[in-house]
Amino acid sequence: MDIQPDTALRPDPIDDTARRTPEVSQALDPKSPVVRFGPDKPLLTDAGVALAPFQIAYQTAGTLNAARSNAVLICHALTGDQHFAHTHPLTGKGGWWDTLVGPGKPIDTDRYFVVCSNVVGSCMGSTGPASIDPATGRPYGLDFPLVTIRDMVRAQAMLLDHLGIDQLFLCIGGSMGGMQVLQWAALHPERVFAAMPIATGARHSAQNIAFHEVGRQAIMADPAWHDGRYLEAGTRPSKGLGVARMGAHITYLSEPALHRKFGRRFQGGSAPTFSFNADFQIESYLRHQGLSFVERFDANAYLYLTRAMDYFDLAEDGGGVLANAFRGTRTRFCVISFTSDWLFPTADSRVIVHALNAAAAPVAFVEVETDKGHDAFLLDEPAMFSAARGFIDAAARARGL
Amino acid sequence: MSGAAAGRPWEATVALPRAGEGAGPAPRVDHIVVLGLVPPGARVLDIGCGDGSLLALLRDRRGVDGRGIELSREGVNACLARGLPVIQGDADTDLANYPDGAFDVVVLSQTIQATRQPRVVLEHLLRIGRQVIISFPNFGHWRVRAELAFRGRMPVTEIMPDAWYETPNIHHCTIRDFVGLCRVVGAKIETAAALDSHGRPMRFAMPWWVWNLFGAQGVFLLRRGGGDGRR
Repeated sequence: MDIQPDTALRPDPIDDTARRTPEVSQALDPKSPVVRFGPDKPLLTDAGVALAPFQIAYQTAGTLNAARSNAVLICHALTGDQHFAHTHPLTGKGGWWDTLVGPGKPIDTDRYFVVCSNVVGSCMGSTGPASIDPATGRPYGLDFPLVTIRDMVRAQAMLLDHLGIDQLFLCIGGSMGGMQVLQWAALHPERVFAAMPIATGARHSAQNIAFHEVGRQAIMADPAWHDGRYLEAGTRPSKGLGVARMGAHITYLSEPALHRKFGRRFQGGSAPTFSFNADFQIESYLRHQGLSFVERFDANAYLYLTRAMDYFDLAEDGGGVLANAFRGTRTRFCVISFTSDWLFPTADSRVIVHALNAAAAPVAFVEVETDKGHDAFLLDEPAMFSAARGFIDAAARARGL
Repeated sequence: MSGAAAGRPWEATVALPRAGEGAGPAPRVDHIVVLGLVPPGARVLDIGCGDGSLLALLRDRRGVDGRGIELSREGVNACLARGLPVIQGDADTDLANYPDGAFDVVVLSQTIQATRQPRVVLEHLLRIGRQVIISFPNFGHWRVRAELAFRGRMPVTEIMPDAWYETPNIHHCTIRDFVGLCRVVGAKIETAAALDSHGRPMRFAMPWWVWNLFGAQGVFLLRRGGGDGRR
């Protein structure tokens, strides 16, 4: 979700020409380190499948200290990837969390060893539906098992084992990344010293599931989807995926931000054209978001990852009581929400905070005032940075870093 | 609390800060009073904790496991920088979510008069904490009475610095009034003190009416249970 709301506006609508884009090339041959787990180390998924072999693509920044105590795990969001501080191999853009991570930044790569892995089920080098199924020699497509947030965390834990990292100093992420942070804290409390779930919830709401379903239906309604077998058919469900992205993108913003950036302004002229061209700037902007997205993301991966978010409900694992998920934890938490985020509103974060309180966990909570909506966690938000810096620096002191 | 300290919380205080001790400015006198009431290593919730100076003091001098609630983002950020787990929230809405007996001590400093439902808040405090330390400006102070009696104006003092149309304090009470509320909610007063207008404890154990007239603020140590423990 590297949203740059100020990018140039393009008037052209989504066209149907099968774009010969390399969006699945990264799935097969990622431009980042990869750890391969053989048949002896399957990923045992919630769906009851032993996924093997499988691979996890990841990126790192900084240096692991001798005590191996300065590791930070960044968990990326729905359409994010491992290139948090690295040039994206397809878009050529800088790291998606350059604002927060880097030398001298709140997550200081001069002090910490930062790891981010592509989640299992995605399409940037970790095994997912665009990967080759060793049983058939063709892309998994919908034969890929449904994965959950917990499966993503299991795979990350295997990666950390491989890297020789016992305990994370910090586990941090926004949106779907925040879900992984919560899942980490619940599944492996002893491996997480500090946790920062941002703009997230302990479960996906009915409204959010509904938005995801609209996106999935758009993809599956595209004739080029071919029941998920488009890679073999030589097509791409670009129209469906583009519409899914356009719809989802609205949920990442807010009405005040849309109004401030676009209002009802016309694209290119002042008069309506009395047609269905992209008269309004907001239409043009959304079409551009859809277009650029399909060039870097696999449609089936989008189906799988949205599903993983839908299934997420941390309280369910504890008999419906969220506090049970954190019982006895010694992890210190900092929860952050944004006032204009209506996808994961502050109320969702408060549910997490109250559960942590009930579990007697040390928890800090900040609601950042912004009109940038859900995407604020990816953007330049000084109030978020100062809260993050305060929390992380204090945690580092407590950890002796 | 030790028996010697009962009724005279100021005598339970630890040594006052010496020059050069600690990095920050000298602690506020009313914080020193609270410090004297909190047992070492206690789990403490400070409601309306501001920049976290009391929590930091309690952590550094008493080794407490401190938590806080603060309304302002600036305050929360200051607390984060001190490494204090503080949540952005407010006493009227967030206390209901804390489990019974979650803390050894709950501190509500100069805040109860600004809550919408002081009685409900106090009941939550008594439910959440084994002990409750609560301080508030005394509306029965002689200067307040004099302002009303002789000038016919709502008082503006050091501890209540805002004009009536701007003050966040919507539920003023006197020390006697507060003692009455303790009776209503069945809180046991373990010890109490009146502080003068400089925040210093008044030196002598005196009848309520004296405190009610000369105390600028009241500090109470309460716990669940019936009866008025003092007189």
